[in-house]
Amino acid sequence: MTTATLPDTHADSGPRNGWLRRNRMLVSPLLFLAPGVLFFLVYVIFPIFQSFGLSFYAWDGLGEARYVGLANYQELATDRNFEVSLWNNLRWLLLYLLAIPGGLFIALFLNQTIVGIRLYKSLFFFPFVISQVVVGLVFTWFYDPTFGLLNTMLGWVGAGPINVLGDPQLATYGIIAAGLWPQVAYCMILYLTGLNAVDPEQIEAGRLDGARGWRMLWHIILPQLRPATFIAFVVTIIGALRSFDLISIMTNGGPFGSTRVLSFYMFEKALSEYGFRMGYGAAIAVVLFLIMLVFIAYFLWSMWRDEQGARR
Amino acid sequence: MLNKTTAALALSTALVAPAAFAQELEGTLTIFSDMSNPAPRAVMESLAAEFDEMHPNLEVELTIIDREAYKTQIRNFLTANPPDVANWYAANRMRPYVSAGLFEDVSDLWEEPEIAENLASTRGAMTIDGAQWGVPYTYYQWGVYYREDIYDEYGLEEPQDWETFKSNCQTLLDNGVKCFTIGTKFLWTAGGWFDYLNMRTNGYDFHMALTNGEIEWTDERVRQTFANWRELIDMGAFIDNHQSYSWQEALPFMVNGDAAAYLMGNFAVAPLREAGLSDDQIDFYQFPVINPDVELAEDAPTDTFHIPSGATNKEAAREFLRFVVSADVQTRINAGDALGQLPVNASASIDDDEMLAQGFEMLSSNSPGGIAQFFDRDAPAEMASVAMEGFQEFMVFPDNLDDILARLEQARQRIY
Repeated sequence: MTTATLPDTHADSGPRNGWLRRNRMLVSPLLFLAPGVLFFLVYVIFPIFQSFGLSFYAWDGLGEARYVGLANYQELATDRNFEVSLWNNLRWLLLYLLAIPGGLFIALFLNQTIVGIRLYKSLFFFPFVISQVVVGLVFTWFYDPTFGLLNTMLGWVGAGPINVLGDPQLATYGIIAAGLWPQVAYCMILYLTGLNAVDPEQIEAGRLDGARGWRMLWHIILPQLRPATFIAFVVTIIGALRSFDLISIMTNGGPFGSTRVLSFYMFEKALSEYGFRMGYGAAIAVVLFLIMLVFIAYFLWSMWRDEQGARR
Repeated sequence: MLNKTTAALALSTALVAPAAFAQELEGTLTIFSDMSNPAPRAVMESLAAEFDEMHPNLEVELTIIDREAYKTQIRNFLTANPPDVANWYAANRMRPYVSAGLFEDVSDLWEEPEIAENLASTRGAMTIDGAQWGVPYTYYQWGVYYREDIYDEYGLEEPQDWETFKSNCQTLLDNGVKCFTIGTKFLWTAGGWFDYLNMRTNGYDFHMALTNGEIEWTDERVRQTFANWRELIDMGAFIDNHQSYSWQEALPFMVNGDAAAYLMGNFAVAPLREAGLSDDQIDFYQFPVINPDVELAEDAPTDTFHIPSGATNKEAAREFLRFVVSADVQTRINAGDALGQLPVNASASIDDDEMLAQGFEMLSSNSPGGIAQFFDRDAPAEMASVAMEGFQEFMVFPDNLDDILARLEQARQRIY
């Protein structure tokens, strides 16, 4: 008779069966997350609170910081340049969203199988690949009041020369148009990938039920593109709020400050050649952060809701 | 090369009281420089190399930083990692660093006869609170650079007074040529116009008081300056759409003959020549008299060397400053094939260049009122940025003047 010896499944019992091992399902993800979380805390979260703190001080970056309470915010309330920047930010937010329908329609147009379609797609995508600085330069030359292509073209139809970037009424729209060029391409590529995932059977079914054209798009295609629309919305809003490089290249905030947005104004006040009012710049940054917070909260909420939906 | 070096060596040893002193410098001398454009870069590199060679026990470490980036980086390195010698600008532009105690007081250098006598003209620009905080190494004149051939074609003379200035302009306009090119996208070019119009209308002392915040922007005398400016604007004297151009982008108008003149610093001459204008086609005149009761005064921005107060090798740094301002070095680095500007040392010789010679003549004998630095160097940085934006707006929409001046006055009350 032999005694069946069970394999020792508890080889690691005793002193090695410690807290760490018992909680490894909890500890290992935390350990893996730790470096990321640490950097996120040090480089993102901590500076946010630092900016909040700095916005209550008057500091030139060299000498002693002086506590001034809410003075920076009071000054913001009467600062006309700040008001202009705020309105421009709103313009950017609204008009930049045109990139989403623009991208969608180009994507629908390009979503067909003909010879060389890959080439056309890449040509449409091209503006997104080149740097914003180059986009800015190209459009600056396009708008050039004396030698620019725009005025030459307007001349063909007998319209008078306009100086888009030199006119305080038009300049912001001129820059937004330049910004839309690459942004439309970005949204287009998001939708093109989305269109690949559209279920052909649903289209078939819709067709049998007599849906076509706009009804087909609205009721069959668009609901299936919701994830792509969400991402396009997120990147466009973010793109609009960080519209810095185009402004810097195309007008440098001018003419007479009419194209500034909050991020550019903050840079000018805090970090540019004539700036170095760190506290005031921080106050502008705080306002910009609060605006962004509205969108960030919405995005987080909407992602959270989707996840809840997926679990159900 | 050998001769040059020995000459410089002899000269620098002669400058310093104990002759052996120059040999005793030891350690390293770190220099941070903003002379990043090709010609200035070559000058700076040769200066460092030569100084290194002169002092066998001393090692010179030169770091050249992009000129624009330097303007923001200087704040970091002066506090965190100060070099022994650093470039900067004169007058109010150095005030933040002087007030923060980041620049070394070098008044002792200015007491040495060699410097006191030869650099007297720039002493004022280097003085804050009764002490000197650095030494200049170059400066350049501002004035009207014009197309000599176009002026000749319409029989125009260099104007001496405001009436001729305007009548010249009218003749040009009647012939379809704009009087002045300008690019105000980066604002400071409009500051040049304001400087001259204000100094000619109200004089140097008034201009300095204004940039020091002692006079209200809504003052009647300031309005007179703008009224004079407006005469030119209403004539259409300036090229259209100047708010869209940088100063470089405004050059082609002059090169192509669409505009006849440019109020600019001497650095505009090199690109004009490179664009194909010969010396027969470009010439220079001093901005004419507007109000005969005030003395002529000029803009002549001065670039400088300073010793950060945190420098480790101040002995060598002082020696380097003496070396840079010495007559021989000044003659060489400001020559036409080097910086192409004016030497700060009165014993140095001026390069044989038409523009430089006229500029030197003007600054040394025809600027009794005084020498200003430039609007954005005389006024505090923040005031300068608000004001220059106002100048640009005025040049495009002169009717907004009241609003602009009210805004500047509000800024003045806050800033000073």
